[in-house]
Amino acid sequence: MSDVTAEVAGKPSSVPESARFPLVFGLDTFGDRNGDADGKPVTHAQTIRNVVAEGVRAEQVGIDFFGIGEHHTDYFPMPAGDVVLAAIAARTNRIHLGSAVTVLSSDDPVRVFQRYSTLNAISGGRAEVILGRGSSIESFPLFGYDLADYEELFEEKASLFAELLKGGPVTWEGTTRPPLYHQDVVPHTESGPFPVWIGVGGNPQSVIRAARLGFRLALAIIGGNPARFAAFSQLFQKALEKFGRPPLPVAVHSPGHIAPTDDQARDEFWPRWLELISLVAPERGFAIPTEESFTWETGPQGALYVGSPETVARKIAANLRALQATRFDLKYGMPGLTHEMLMTNIELYGQQVIPRVRELLAPAPPGPTSSGST
Amino acid sequence: MEGAMATLPRLSVLGAGHVGPVVARLATRAGYPVAIAASGDPGNLALVTEMLIPGAEPRWAADAVADADMVVLAMPLHRFLRVDPSLLADRLVIDAMNYWPATDGVLGDFEDSAGSSQIVARRLAGSAVVKAINHIGYHELEQNARPAGSPDRRAAGVAGDDPVAVAAVGEFVDRIGYDPVRLPSLEAGQVLQPGGPVFGLVLRRPEFERAIGAEPATAGPPGPHVLAQAQSGRGE
Repeated sequence: MSDVTAEVAGKPSSVPESARFPLVFGLDTFGDRNGDADGKPVTHAQTIRNVVAEGVRAEQVGIDFFGIGEHHTDYFPMPAGDVVLAAIAARTNRIHLGSAVTVLSSDDPVRVFQRYSTLNAISGGRAEVILGRGSSIESFPLFGYDLADYEELFEEKASLFAELLKGGPVTWEGTTRPPLYHQDVVPHTESGPFPVWIGVGGNPQSVIRAARLGFRLALAIIGGNPARFAAFSQLFQKALEKFGRPPLPVAVHSPGHIAPTDDQARDEFWPRWLELISLVAPERGFAIPTEESFTWETGPQGALYVGSPETVARKIAANLRALQATRFDLKYGMPGLTHEMLMTNIELYGQQVIPRVRELLAPAPPGPTSSGST
Repeated sequence: MEGAMATLPRLSVLGAGHVGPVVARLATRAGYPVAIAASGDPGNLALVTEMLIPGAEPRWAADAVADADMVVLAMPLHRFLRVDPSLLADRLVIDAMNYWPATDGVLGDFEDSAGSSQIVARRLAGSAVVKAINHIGYHELEQNARPAGSPDRRAAGVAGDDPVAVAAVGEFVDRIGYDPVRLPSLEAGQVLQPGGPVFGLVLRRPEFERAIGAEPATAGPPGPHVLAQAQSGRGE
């Protein structure tokens, strides 16, 4: 009864997952601080204005979703993505707009609901939220939370968020925020709950939680062979069944960069990728990438979508199929890339990659039936 | 320790987050009897076990440990601090955990020049603690596992103060798909920690041995590296 998501296709269970939901293609950014033509970083403010322009361009070239991930660093100066999304909403009509992700554990679920239901109002029902942790661990000390409490914070706040989405007065009690008693939380949405996803990296219990709360599943795959997540996709549908919920779509989020040729994409992306990972590696325990490891990650087995439109389209199609996912969100950009490079990436994604993926997925793949047009 | 093929040691994995299920799956495939436990009711793990770790048995932690020959600690370190050491007394314990203040928060108990496994061993005075399986990302552990004799087999460090325990864990690591590189003490095992020369890398034996003899900054060429752990990107 507490299905918190909109339009769920109640098709018979014999229909394969991939045919249940329409294909959706999105872009995500962390507000990666742009470089200028000489490689010097532009200001935070200019980067933010560029993101607005990128979101508007995304709609013009046919992209379905534009997401902004919360971050609080000099190279990702994007703590208030919902404000930026509102600016994009005012200049667009069709594209869906959401967080990617909202770091719910260090936020107040009531305020997150209010901000995104406001965005939903401004955009005429185009808001979405992806809840998770992201790499935005910097929000914990900033707002006075202890990372050791992460699990408890997320569990409790995600449950409250599910209650808020239902739309009626909320009565709730927990340990991470003051209780609510018959609290009417405004603004009300016009047409029911907006779509909510949980971003999952590799913890199967997070998959179960998404199913239990009735949230959609977004698989964050930023390294290693994406195929290993197929089991998570199946686990999610099984868990939904167990909780008596209808099937829900699965999305894949992965980083990448598209340029006219494979070589150009690689040449633009690799130095910035190396620089970023080298910067965060000491505190995050990452290994420093090498050209060899980068080649592996950008190859057919790896998680990075760097290349020409054809290369990237083939990889997206293969992985959507393997993971029984119907949505792909490309995390575009990297600190130091220019706004012009990002606009080219966006145009190639919208005008060439997406149509090509649709084409590749249109004929019946081996096994499942054709994803019939609606 | 039973040596015969037919009676592999009983393994219990404590932790069902990122790492635990992967280790449990590798061990189940290698023929070990495996139990897995999280902090609560094993009923909550039923679906995860059925779908992701077929053959393993979800149990209450205390029951799982009571029947185990080897226990894998695959929980966040701050959770480990809540574990009653007497639960693990007289057990062979594989410490697959890492201290990562930037990701998991600062833990006073681990702000120490000693390695995290040495601190774990201090708390578990009645157990034999071996550091292993901590330095390969959970997302890579499975895709790089290879049977003995494979040309592209990768190495995994096994460090501990008790040579019998190190030998036993070395055999386990070997059976789940890695070439064990034994280190003579938990102190020596500090090279396996975050920030160390092999952390996050999946190296062949010669490269691994060269790396742990070298400065962290000049680690050998890595194999298919993957930087990700779940906390990055969008993952919750």
